[in-house]
Amino acid sequence: MKTSAILSAVSLAATLVAGTAFADDSRHAAVKARTAIMGLYANNLGQLGAMAKGEADYNAEAATKAANNLALLVQLDQSTLWPQGSDNGAMDGTRALPDLWQNFPDVMAKGEALGKAVTTMQGAAGTDLASLQAAMGGLGGACSACHKAYRAPEN
Amino acid sequence: MRRFLGVVLIAGAISAITGWVLTAPVSLDKTALAGITPDPERGRAVFFAGGCAACHSAPEASGEDRLLLGGGRGFATDFGTFYAPNISPHPEAGIGQWSVLELANALLYGTSPNGQHYYPAFPYTSYAQMTLEDAVSLHAFLGTLPLVDTPNRPHDVSFPFNIRRTLGGWKLLFNRGGWVVEGELTEQQARGRYLVEGLGHCGECHTARNLLGGVRLGAWLAGAPNPNGKGRIPDITAAGLDWSESDIAEYLKSGFTPEFDTAGGEMTDVIENTSQLTDEDRAAIAAYLKRVPGLP
Repeated sequence: MKTSAILSAVSLAATLVAGTAFADDSRHAAVKARTAIMGLYANNLGQLGAMAKGEADYNAEAATKAANNLALLVQLDQSTLWPQGSDNGAMDGTRALPDLWQNFPDVMAKGEALGKAVTTMQGAAGTDLASLQAAMGGLGGACSACHKAYRAPEN
Repeated sequence: MRRFLGVVLIAGAISAITGWVLTAPVSLDKTALAGITPDPERGRAVFFAGGCAACHSAPEASGEDRLLLGGGRGFATDFGTFYAPNISPHPEAGIGQWSVLELANALLYGTSPNGQHYYPAFPYTSYAQMTLEDAVSLHAFLGTLPLVDTPNRPHDVSFPFNIRRTLGGWKLLFNRGGWVVEGELTEQQARGRYLVEGLGHCGECHTARNLLGGVRLGAWLAGAPNPNGKGRIPDITAAGLDWSESDIAEYLKSGFTPEFDTAGGEMTDVIENTSQLTDEDRAAIAAYLKRVPGLP
């Protein structure tokens, strides 16, 4: 009786510890995944931006590819990548502010604004360089809006 | 002894009078603006280059709301907290009754319509470079904006900084009296200098200040501690920033860094203004910044 009580206490404790460790792992995995998505955004924006800045020759086909990739990224369902407790107060490796979890409707609205800016870029990228250049501002504004509200400054 | 005392008293009186005269607010000659025709479209460009909305719009305002200039944003400094006033054209709450001369005196000399010194939270040491044509056009553009009736919030400044007359001394010490970067400049660099040193007042944040709150011109644009606490406001001189001119111009347009991350902090407000400039003006800013040598 006594032994089994101790055993169950130990196993309960073990389960709790494992549970915490699992939650910790999954939150770190979520942060890693969403950071990777940001990297994909940056990569495709970089291809458009290089043309906008005149560092790369304008190429309608390549620009359209990059814009279409952005459109795919906007479509990703990220609902599992932003679990509770994955803000910068709760863990290292993220600059996401706790405010983000308090304002989901606003976050979604900002996401929709990004979707619109990406659609505009999809239309502009293959048209000509001037259209692409003009559409960069809208994209920058949409990215900044969310970063300004829900991302902590660096260092 | 009595004679010595007399000399001291006279010397004291002379220096007090001299000080009083030297610290008197400066104004333009009443006829200085005669014959200058306002151009509201030009005034709009000055408005965005000058970043007026970044301070004078309501806290957290974005988009079109940035044209509602009711003020109210607080700026914490070592000397107290300053609150941006209402500069909407509202006749009582704002500056709707100001003449063009009164606005020009405020911008160029930091002198209010009733002859007082403004605190240098209002960047008149930079705006002093503004052309009279730009000041007149800005006055016309501000008059086209919506009326806002938000009352002004008094600054929260303690003794002795609450005595505005002392600002006359501050102005004597820190009036730049010309351009910071001198010598041979291309036409484009000179335009950039006007935008950066003057209207854009970039040096107000990107240059460190001394103990009296004066901009340290010897460390021009070489970065500064962030008054809001965390981090540093970056060095944007040729020595301190390795971005290309097109990187800088794109950043000022869309807010994207060369890594295609976005601007952060107060700079997002600045980008909302610089995104409204022409490509030529953004390129001019970049060309000028590459002309600022920076610290060795």
